[in-house]
Amino acid sequence: MSNLLVAENIVKKYGDFTALNDVTIKVPEASIFGLLGPNGAGKTSLIRIINQIIIPDSGSVMLDGKPLTPNDIQHIGYMPEERGLYKGMKVGEQALYLAQLKGMTRYDAKKKLSFWFDKLEIRDWWGKKVQELSKGMAQKVQFIVTVLHQPKLLIFDEPFSGFDPINANLIKDEILKLRDAGATVIFSTHRMESVEELCEYIALFDKSNNILDGKLSDIKRKFKSNIFEVEMYDIKNKLLLNELSENFDILSSNIGPGNNDASLQVKLKDAKDSNDLIQYLAMHGSIAKYSEMIPDANEIFIKAIEQNAKK
Amino acid sequence: MNKLKLIIKREFFAKVRNKTFLVMTILSPLLVVGLGALVGYLSKVNQDSIKIIGYVDDSQLLITKDFDSSKTIEYKDLSNVDIVIAKSQVEHGDFYGFLYVPKKDSISNIATSIEFYSKEPPSLQVISEVEGMVGYRLNYILLERNGIDSEALDASKINPNIKILSFSGEKSSKLIRGVKIAIGLSAGYLIMMFIIIYGAMVMRSVIEEKTSRIIEVIISSVKPFQLMMGKIIGTALAGLLQFSIWGVILLILSIVATAMFGADTTSIGTGNLPMQEVEVLDVVAKTEMQIIIEELIRLPVLPIFLAFIVYFLGGYLLYSALYAAIGAAVDNETDTQQFMLPVIIPLILGVYIGFASVVNEPHGTIATIFSMIPFTSPIVMMMRLPFGVPWWQIVISLLLLLGTFILMVWFAAKVYRIGILMYGKKPTYRDIYKWLKY
Repeated sequence: MSNLLVAENIVKKYGDFTALNDVTIKVPEASIFGLLGPNGAGKTSLIRIINQIIIPDSGSVMLDGKPLTPNDIQHIGYMPEERGLYKGMKVGEQALYLAQLKGMTRYDAKKKLSFWFDKLEIRDWWGKKVQELSKGMAQKVQFIVTVLHQPKLLIFDEPFSGFDPINANLIKDEILKLRDAGATVIFSTHRMESVEELCEYIALFDKSNNILDGKLSDIKRKFKSNIFEVEMYDIKNKLLLNELSENFDILSSNIGPGNNDASLQVKLKDAKDSNDLIQYLAMHGSIAKYSEMIPDANEIFIKAIEQNAKK
Repeated sequence: MNKLKLIIKREFFAKVRNKTFLVMTILSPLLVVGLGALVGYLSKVNQDSIKIIGYVDDSQLLITKDFDSSKTIEYKDLSNVDIVIAKSQVEHGDFYGFLYVPKKDSISNIATSIEFYSKEPPSLQVISEVEGMVGYRLNYILLERNGIDSEALDASKINPNIKILSFSGEKSSKLIRGVKIAIGLSAGYLIMMFIIIYGAMVMRSVIEEKTSRIIEVIISSVKPFQLMMGKIIGTALAGLLQFSIWGVILLILSIVATAMFGADTTSIGTGNLPMQEVEVLDVVAKTEMQIIIEELIRLPVLPIFLAFIVYFLGGYLLYSALYAAIGAAVDNETDTQQFMLPVIIPLILGVYIGFASVVNEPHGTIATIFSMIPFTSPIVMMMRLPFGVPWWQIVISLLLLLGTFILMVWFAAKVYRIGILMYGKKPTYRDIYKWLKY
């Protein structure tokens, strides 16, 4: 799969402060790419560089295999974390203005806006001033303005903040539909549950560096703890626990009456793998449940940052 | 380029559709003309009322002719009653004041002991008229006593009226100088007002984009420089529209007002002068009126108007770039104060120099220097222009203005580019200096 966006060796300094220290990310086409990291890690600086709002001190950004040019802004849709609209301006007029700034013709913009306003059921707001809308309502308008010009690359910075759960789901579905239609999405957030749901790839930023990136499933495998949750019944070998502990680490155990059933947390030792464990268990009883404890994005996030802090 | 046009259009309509713009545009000229008409009307009413002054002349020196009523004062002889009774008559009657000329051994003693009583402090105009009347008679008597034939003296009095000519032989008038000063001062003052009002508008518009947080959305579509220039130009167009509307309304209203109140300017302008001088002035004015008109027609109206537009735009662009930078640097309007002072000072300086220096010596050193310095040149040069400025001075001043404008836009764009994305901390001058290097 080819990469739609490649930002290589980006360095950005503000005076003495280094916001991005030789950062590289590669965003595969038609995927959702999560840009994660604590506050001040450099995510917004990178996003602003991709949007050509600021210029990097060194490094290159390639879109579709070509260096980024000012004309590329019409291929990018950006919804910043700190978003806003002109308060005194009417919704429809404002959406038209912003769409035209992205290079759309007035006619085209009107047609597409009409489609989206119907889709998100906000047609009645067209003539209202933004200051009459609630925050969530304004966010919907903002979302439409971001995606209206059908950009190849969509960048959302904390897209769900300010939405109620119903509207957050609505927006999430729209983002997935856009991805399915071929758009590439960069998605910056602190909310890890949405990362699990949406992101195929992630990059984790900490202290101006990209400390971890790749396919989310690969990263999870890398961060797996080799701990398995096991539930058994009809245990034939009453000494199972003792024998098990010779080859594996038992982290916790809960043995039922008469030593007939048990639920365990078992960690693999160096030489053994998952198949060894399951084979061994199968010989001594019936397995009701067997699952590997895979860390969620949140745990990976915290772990990676802790490791980075130790370095 | 297309995007710049879009931004200009939006800024223009955002200003013009604003309710305050509409109210200001319509109300301001009404207020100005209304106030002017009111002042004119009041001063006319004031002058129309004849003030009655009672008098007792114990010296017996003043003659009946001296107490002939003038346009504004009517004298009433109260000598037939005692002075105490006369005084109380005036105090309780329908009198403006009471004049008492005592009997003394010498004229000079009389001159210093004349008394005037009134319920309220009398107007300067009345006092000077009374003083003029008494002074004239005492003078006359003194001359006669000293054996000087006052008739012959009167006959030999002459009022010189120096005709002012330029070397090319054109007649000039003393009054035309006042007209030129008025034209220059109002043009310079107008420029200052426009810069302050519309510069602040640009600044507020930048701050609004920052506080509403739309700025990041916009500058992911256009360059900050485009946004800044669009804002400056759009606001300028709104201002020009407002000025043209004002011009039209003012013209119509003053025609109406003149017709209604018949406000004749000579009576307002010379109202405070004693009668004799007014008469002299009237004569002069009548013979000079034509010269003034001729001279006004000869004034290079078109070049002055063109220069006004050029300096007006140059000055506005220069300052509004600064205002935009200030707006970008801060989060809200209250934080702007520390940066406003360096902007306001040169503007005020320009106007002061105009009033203090250009009026006396349009081509003096100070006036010339400040009409070259770009931060004051739009104001000071406009004040000098009606007096005729050598073309090379205008060229130098315009070049300097243009150069500084470009420099200022470069500076403002740098500050703007960084400032619009900075929130929270109130920046210092040092911070802004650092931004220049980002």
